[in-house]
Amino acid sequence: MERILLKDVDIPNLCEIDVYIDSGGYKALEKALKMTPKEVIEEVKRSRLVGRGGAAFPTGLKWEFTRKEKDEPKFLVCNADEGEPGTFKDRVLMKNNPHLLVEAMVIGGYAIGANKGVIYIRGEYFEEIGRLNKAIKEAREKGYIGEGILGSGFSYELQVYRGAGAYVCGEESALFESLEGGRGCARERPPFPAQYGFMGKPTAINNVETLCNVPAIINNGGEWYSRIGSPASPGTKFFCLSGHVNKPGVYELPTGITLRELIEEYGGGVKGEFKASLPGGVSSSLVTDTDVKLDYKSVADAGSMLGSGAVIVINSSTSIVDVAKSCIEFFVRESCGQCVPCREGTRRANEILGRFAGGKGKVEDIDLLLELGEVMYDTARCGLGQAAMNATISAIKMFKDEFMGRVES
Amino acid sequence: MKSEGLRHAWKPKVDGIIRELGKTRNALLPCLEAVQQEAGCIPQEAITYLRETIEVPSVDIYGVITFYGMLTTEKQGKYVIRVCDSLPCYLNGSREIIEALEDELGMNGRDTTPDGMFTLERVACLGLCDKAPAMIINEEIHGDLNAEKVRGIIGMKKKEECGWKGYY
Ligand SMILES: Cc1cc2nc3c(=O)[nH]c(=O)nc-3n(C[C@H](O)[C@H](O)[C@H](O)COP(=O)(O)O)c2cc1C
Ligand code: SF4
Ligand code: FES
Repeated sequence: MERILLKDVDIPNLCEIDVYIDSGGYKALEKALKMTPKEVIEEVKRSRLVGRGGAAFPTGLKWEFTRKEKDEPKFLVCNADEGEPGTFKDRVLMKNNPHLLVEAMVIGGYAIGANKGVIYIRGEYFEEIGRLNKAIKEAREKGYIGEGILGSGFSYELQVYRGAGAYVCGEESALFESLEGGRGCARERPPFPAQYGFMGKPTAINNVETLCNVPAIINNGGEWYSRIGSPASPGTKFFCLSGHVNKPGVYELPTGITLRELIEEYGGGVKGEFKASLPGGVSSSLVTDTDVKLDYKSVADAGSMLGSGAVIVINSSTSIVDVAKSCIEFFVRESCGQCVPCREGTRRANEILGRFAGGKGKVEDIDLLLELGEVMYDTARCGLGQAAMNATISAIKMFKDEFMGRVES
Repeated sequence: MKSEGLRHAWKPKVDGIIRELGKTRNALLPCLEAVQQEAGCIPQEAITYLRETIEVPSVDIYGVITFYGMLTTEKQGKYVIRVCDSLPCYLNGSREIIEALEDELGMNGRDTTPDGMFTLERVACLGLCDKAPAMIINEEIHGDLNAEKVRGIIGMKKKEECGWKGYY
């Protein structure tokens, strides 16, 4: 299968604007500026592209909602915080093809009616930050950013903003708080970003991978895109394969390939014997069926979620209790602490799982964990707390005997 | 001891950021990041300076510093080692890596070595899971680690420092 976003990554020096232009770069922007913003949005809607950052919301709709808001100014924000353990795909794009993201950000700004774009990138991506800044500088020199772009009436500024080491800032409303110079604590929603986003203004926020699909959609048409992969959520997806596999890495493949194909044909097979997988990182639930199709709906039907596409493979010599413990440790550390169910819930769960990990679990604590998970899912303010117990709950449901084996006798 | 000039090496950078972003709260995080990078921590003088120039109360500045993992008021080592302990690295042996680091550096539960050379932090996924287990030392990436490799890397750093100190 042809790659779309990674099509040109093997071209040497693709990070340089002349090389990018020679390989067909900025053609989509030229084309988009000759269309009306509404036509650009229609094309994206036709592609049926959905967000690749986790929530799988239709991108065209999100842009339309933002465009329709009366309030000014509007903003386009790119979420490049990439913090879900097991996710390392946006890095590949920004490192190898920063101009693709820059081009997409200008097109997106034009579509929604924003004159300013911000890329919020995690602070540890030192090299990628440098490359993006360089790409933006080059694009400005060539007139792809700035006043009256390519002779059109459209002006656009683009800025890179560094995060400082907080996973929750990847959650969109926490990200806005962080951009505004505060602690990254999630906001109550609604209102949604399309009405009340960065600086309280209408904002469209999209993941790096989502945005990078847009130039190809403009060049080839939404209709073309919608025929790739699974009909329900078409296109390619970046699968970040990690854990117990022989060839971990980022693979751009059509949605709907099976977990088995991903692991066997691309990942070089399991290191050891397959036990389970977390298809959407530590925020998702375990799956044990390798025939599951990797698209949003199929993975949801299997009781999990595809999320950002962080496919973590676990082999049979690994204790599931230890996996659950490792997952919860992440959430304890990253909870922003503003709501009780998440702050206290993750700590209690960590204590309990710690006891199981040390062989001192109590039978009644198994039900307590399940109940805790339910309460957190129902009452936590943001996705972090809502998803924190997914791995644990699925671990208990699928591998209860392993928990029983760690009960103090 | 660093000279007065060096101690405030962050100032020109901070002024540059404020010029670019304006005297607004939005400039706070980029300023703090710049100070952290230049000074290895956020010293009291920087907090006072930011409070006065961008008019954000000190409590809010402290609130921001304590929220973000990459910011701290405590002086960090010359080399900040961030070792990942999230699941993909855990599955590939991060425990062993962390033990090797603690042992090689003689951390004994401390965060920073007494000579101020190394700070060791356990952090969440660094986006290097295809090279698990992984760590970064300042901005340098180290992946596909094992205990032996870790000892080699730390040994090299220590050696570099010995040679470097000789020029004083
Ligand atoms: C705790 C948490 C962390 C998140 N981290 C990220 C992230 O690092 N990158 C990202 O694109 N989306 C992340 N999201 C999803 C965003 O809130 C948002 O849905 C996404 O950026 C929208 O872009 P999309 O429609 O292109 O997917 C996170 C969500 C939650 C709840
Ligand atoms: S669920 Fe957790 S991370 Fe989200 S707002 Fe509440 S405390 Fe913060
Ligand atoms: S889990 Fe260690 S780098 Fe991602």
